[in-house]
Amino acid sequence: MAEYKRPQNEEEFKDNFPQKKPLMNDTQAYYESSRCLFCYDAPCINACPTDIDIPLFIKQINTGNMEGAAKTIYDSNWLGNACGTVCPTGVLCEGACVYNNQEVAPVQIGRLQNFATKSIINSSNHLYKPGKDKGKSIAIIGAGPAGIACACELRTLGYKVDIFEAKSEPSGLVIYGNAPYKITNEDIIQEVDFLQNQLGFTINYDSAINSKEQIIDLESNYEAIFLGVGLGATAYRNIPGEELQGVIGAVEFIEDLKMNHFKTDVGKKVIVLGGGNTAMDAASESARMGANTVILAYRGSKEKMGAYDFEYDLALGAGVKGVFDASPVEIIGKEQVEAVKFARANGETFELNADMVIKATGQAKQAPFYALIENLELESDDRIKVNSKTNQTTNDKYFAGGDAINGGAEVVNGAYDGKLAAQGIHKWLTK
Amino acid sequence: MADLSIDFAGIKAPNPFWLASAPPTNTGYQIMKAYDAGWGGAVWKTLGMPTINVSSRYGATNYRDTRMAGFNNIELISDRPLEDNLREMREVTKRFPNHATIASLMVDTRDQWIDIIKQVEDAGAKGIELNFGCPHGMCERGMGSAVGQDPVALKTIVEWVMDAANIPVITKLSPNISHITDPGVAAVEANTDAISLINTVKSIVGIDLDSYAPYPVVDGKGSNGGYCGPAVKPIALHMLKDLKQHPAIKDIPISGIGGIENWRDVVEYILLGATSVQVCTAVMHYGFGIVREMESGLLKFMKDKGYNTIYDFAGKALPNVLEWKDLNLKYDVKASINKDKCIGCDLCYIACDDGAHQAIELPQDGTRIPAIIEENCVGCNLCSLVCPVENCITMVRKDNGTEHVTWDELTVSEKIPNTWNDDRAGGKGHYVPEPSEAFKTIRKDKSGERAKS
Repeated sequence: MAEYKRPQNEEEFKDNFPQKKPLMNDTQAYYESSRCLFCYDAPCINACPTDIDIPLFIKQINTGNMEGAAKTIYDSNWLGNACGTVCPTGVLCEGACVYNNQEVAPVQIGRLQNFATKSIINSSNHLYKPGKDKGKSIAIIGAGPAGIACACELRTLGYKVDIFEAKSEPSGLVIYGNAPYKITNEDIIQEVDFLQNQLGFTINYDSAINSKEQIIDLESNYEAIFLGVGLGATAYRNIPGEELQGVIGAVEFIEDLKMNHFKTDVGKKVIVLGGGNTAMDAASESARMGANTVILAYRGSKEKMGAYDFEYDLALGAGVKGVFDASPVEIIGKEQVEAVKFARANGETFELNADMVIKATGQAKQAPFYALIENLELESDDRIKVNSKTNQTTNDKYFAGGDAINGGAEVVNGAYDGKLAAQGIHKWLTK
Repeated sequence: MADLSIDFAGIKAPNPFWLASAPPTNTGYQIMKAYDAGWGGAVWKTLGMPTINVSSRYGATNYRDTRMAGFNNIELISDRPLEDNLREMREVTKRFPNHATIASLMVDTRDQWIDIIKQVEDAGAKGIELNFGCPHGMCERGMGSAVGQDPVALKTIVEWVMDAANIPVITKLSPNISHITDPGVAAVEANTDAISLINTVKSIVGIDLDSYAPYPVVDGKGSNGGYCGPAVKPIALHMLKDLKQHPAIKDIPISGIGGIENWRDVVEYILLGATSVQVCTAVMHYGFGIVREMESGLLKFMKDKGYNTIYDFAGKALPNVLEWKDLNLKYDVKASINKDKCIGCDLCYIACDDGAHQAIELPQDGTRIPAIIEENCVGCNLCSLVCPVENCITMVRKDNGTEHVTWDELTVSEKIPNTWNDDRAGGKGHYVPEPSEAFKTIRKDKSGERAKS
């Protein structure tokens, strides 16, 4: 393999992680926007979790009304720029484009969306201003996509908003969890700045909420509280050897990579355990970081993997090799990992050597934190239970959205949830 | 293989593809290059009264990503010295003696006409084209379209020219007139050998949204220009038809001009009676090489139809162009959607519902293949025109072809509807929704949502 050399500096790192959906130039945007058919009741809109009026913004791009296009996008989705880049558009809007039905390439909606949003972000123009002050404050826990979207919507409605974020950057897994070839951290921060500059919500970084006292404090100081806390660390699978050196959770590995770029430690022989999109990302990224071999090991068949086909293809393209019907039963090594022992469904076992094992086996839910909040009911799998029309939880004062209620989905789902919750909060406080 | 050569009013050419008098024929260099590329003739950029041109001369109408769907110019006739043009013309006609090198002329007085005709004849021109069309600049000096719009003046000048010329004369007409047959008849009465049309259509191609001046902008101002390119072809075809159906004009050879770019355009012009065609905008856009496509397509068409020369099918569409009152009112077509090809854009549905006759419905189950409501379909073609898929919506004949009645026949037999609420009116009893149904949308429609909120 070794299609990628281990990057020694930032430039080489960028070469190994070229943007999958680079920003279009004016000419590309002009020709691509000309292709939209302006379908009636367009399937792309229906495929978008945030219901963006896609044919309208494409026509606005085509007629040189970039500000109008950006407004069409942001009116529906507060993370319009991030979503244009990181959304799995092939299975959402672009997958629904009617051109597919005659095997004509679909309109590149995601890239057109970025063309419009980047244009407004790079200008000094504002699209929004805060609503008339309602004299009420809302607390948001978590500055991920759901929290940011909720904050923006609440500000336009006139509520004061304070976000409490455990980490030191905004946007949660968009920044800490998205593959570097999907979006750059600069892009993410730029969009949050753009929103914060015009809407004026506060983000308190390095401010984890994890005690009963803090909860009591928030409840007495704020009219409502939005929980956009996402999921926790990579879950343990209780297989022997998980504590060995060189065994790392995928979320933690990706965060390390997103923050430290070329300085991230990657083994020579990497095994990634899992079959979801995060496993694909971790595998691709290991390969692009110069690992000699990267094996993606999944317990079931290729068809049963949760990952999108295009994500698996991306991993294969980076040089990853898939091994199926391989349940890890033991991670072998003295102090440092040396191999993984797998069992097939028929009971046969085999070993594969490794000096690094990345577990992409799902994130733990935040159940211990939820226990601090009274009357907060959870679904059987520890997701927060909400009213799907308002995102209100069983404790009236609390609303929730994003991975905390869906168990782990796309940025665009978080953006939708946050906006919906803000409207739910507004309804509840004004009824 | 078919023979593409023509004899146009005595002007012989290896094929009917000529360059129109315009920037591509500004120099001997360009015309030699064009002949080498396969063009059969060229009308030299108009020679005549001395001019000075402005900088910033062309403007365009772009449609989405299609550049120059329409094109406009404020350039005048040749601004090069006559002597240079004649020297180059001599060289071209000597090198290409079998090509139709034609001199376009525009001067003012009778003496000037006599003088310049002599000079271009001496330079070897095979014919003369009279520029009575230019609708900008020159018309302000009483020439170009100022003549084309005044049949009396036109006739007088054509008579001067016919007296003086020893080579065939083509009178080029301006479309900037209500009845093209008026100058057409005048030209014929003055014994012109042939006619060519159209020259450009007086136009403002657009306004610059920052300087508030029309394109092309000249130092913050602009002027009307002449419109040409694909957008004007329908206007030109109609005028060609008018001339070719006129009893006094129909036997005069006509060179067709206006938006010609490919073989299909050429065939359409010939079917309406043109026996040579002239091209400008397409060459200004793509260069002389486009003639290869025109030639290949024309030859293929002639092979398929069994024609040996273009005269075998020239004017063949003319008997089929009638007045509206003579069309068969019993002819009945309905739209038919090929469900296997349909991609579900539903443009046909919304075009019909908002823009035509509410004759297409969508399934209630959220799927997207629309269906024609036959009893509402008036056979207008709109859905088949908006459909982006090749051969997906077709118009199918429903009457059995035995009945034939026209408005004219109804008028003669006193059966036309002639009172305000006449039961014989065509739309009587045709289904239309109640106005209040406008607010019932079957599906989520963004514009509808806004209207309701």
